[in-house]
Amino acid sequence: MTAPQPWKSESMRGYFGKALVALGKANPDLVVVGADTTESIKTVDFGKAFPERLFQVGIAEPNMMSVAAGLAAAGKIAFAATYSVFGSAHTYNVIRQNVAYTKLNVKIFCSHAGLSVGRDGATHQINEDIGLMRGLPGMTVLVPADGPETGRCAEAAVSTKGPVYCRFSRADVPTITDPGDRFEVGKATLMRDGVDITLVGCGLMVSRCLQAADALAKEKVSARVINLSTVKPLDVATLDRAARETGGIVTAEEHTVIHGIGGAVASAVVEHHPVPMAFVGVQDVFGESGEAEELFVKYGLTAAKVADAARGVMKRRGR
Amino acid sequence: MVEITEETIAHLKKEATILRRHIIEMTHVVQSGHPGGSLSACDLVTALYFHVLRVDPKNPSWPDRDRFVLSKGHACPVWYAALAERGFFPVEELLTFRMIDSRLQGHPELGTTPGVENAAGAEGQGLSFSVGLALAARLDHKPWRVYCIMGDGEQDVGQTWEAAMAGAKYGLDNLTAFVDRNGIQQEGRTEDIMPLEPLMDKWRAFNWNVLTIDGHDFRQILAAIDEAHSTKGRPTVVIARTVKGKGVSFMENKIKYHGAATTPDEYTAALAELGVPP
Repeated sequence: MTAPQPWKSESMRGYFGKALVALGKANPDLVVVGADTTESIKTVDFGKAFPERLFQVGIAEPNMMSVAAGLAAAGKIAFAATYSVFGSAHTYNVIRQNVAYTKLNVKIFCSHAGLSVGRDGATHQINEDIGLMRGLPGMTVLVPADGPETGRCAEAAVSTKGPVYCRFSRADVPTITDPGDRFEVGKATLMRDGVDITLVGCGLMVSRCLQAADALAKEKVSARVINLSTVKPLDVATLDRAARETGGIVTAEEHTVIHGIGGAVASAVVEHHPVPMAFVGVQDVFGESGEAEELFVKYGLTAAKVADAARGVMKRRGR
Repeated sequence: MVEITEETIAHLKKEATILRRHIIEMTHVVQSGHPGGSLSACDLVTALYFHVLRVDPKNPSWPDRDRFVLSKGHACPVWYAALAERGFFPVEELLTFRMIDSRLQGHPELGTTPGVENAAGAEGQGLSFSVGLALAARLDHKPWRVYCIMGDGEQDVGQTWEAAMAGAKYGLDNLTAFVDRNGIQQEGRTEDIMPLEPLMDKWRAFNWNVLTIDGHDFRQILAAIDEAHSTKGRPTVVIARTVKGKGVSFMENKIKYHGAATTPDEYTAALAELGVPP
């Protein structure tokens, strides 16, 4: 369930780095391959703890992916970690052939996903990686909602067989999960129960869904909030129940609405129990330089937008 | 250096001819696949599988086996032929190549074919994968070695050179790479499509131990591998001058046979050249 407000803002990368060190202690076969971003994404701490198990290949992400695959083929649990734009789009066919097709134990962990990269601009703000990765056969796709969940995703990736892609944000995000929460791959988390509408978020949009639910509560609308931290395999049962019990769904993601979690949720819902839906996320556009929060406002990724979308869904279905 | 007997050479030549027959048959039956580059790499693969590699056909996943990585995945007919002749799977299965439900995919798939160590097809990824394997062997203080055959067309690919830098950085003397330098890629001569020369100088500049040999001379192949084994502190690349389509006169040095199977008449003629009576 949800941590009490006010939430503190924390670094997702920080939790990832700490989790890797702990996992490295417990798993002598865990190795990390980096591509000139190890300080930024905090794999450098793993390198300090286990210098012989961190391989720095420079600005050569295709090589990073294949080297990780080779290490995994020899029995290692290989983390390939960098920024999302490089760890997905730039290396897509290498991931496809050497990681997904081979079903090897490569764990791709990427920070700097989405608009919240901020001032670096559109070249670095990848809003397409969830779609790319969930299309790959057998790829597990994780999108943690906050720092602690990012650490739990790293733990879960180690105990998950085969390839995993996990994306998170550069920006500090509100810590909304409870320290005692368990994380299970393939299980969506009910953050708040409700009966009138369901808000399904991933990543930093989950906290915005909770804020939207607060706003709706003032209008006597009881909104259910689901944290879809596993995008694949999709927790169809939880989504189906939400469709049947609340009769409407809004998805919210720091990603294009074209092929992100909105599309994934809609496919499942339409197949089982169609209900009106709305999709909050980046439209068919590239981002731009700016502060994360300015970008969220400009590109429609706010709690207010989520609440508006919920009102729209309820209006369309007649309530 | 280990003495190579005439008997060994004769044995390798005989095995190579058998593999060449399989390549022609496999690609002919399904009228698909890449005979040219399979034939050019045939003697390298034969030397490795019938003299060098420590592998166990009865236990393909033996952890301490040497690893062979075929980066130029389209040449998998020669790999499948070698694996079958070494007993990894039945020789009869070779004729299922590229057919529906076959374990012998058009390009190598990891986990499906006994003995296959990597997935390849998109060019230029195999050397990186080999670097990962070699790093793992070193990390575990294991004596097994990694051998990787690349095509010369793959020298066009940026990732090949990313891998070259990483192999040198980590001083991977347990890694031996080969360039099957047949001079032809899909659309023409390598020097017309994208000039590679001076290729030796390129690899030298990347801090590899560089050897050039005649890739169809078993003595030179084995001597090069011997030298690679005794070279410490850096990986070795063997630039093996080869002939595309080697072993079948009318296929030799022909761009067409990069990706074309034989016609019925050519099939009979090719097999006759390889010692099979019509």
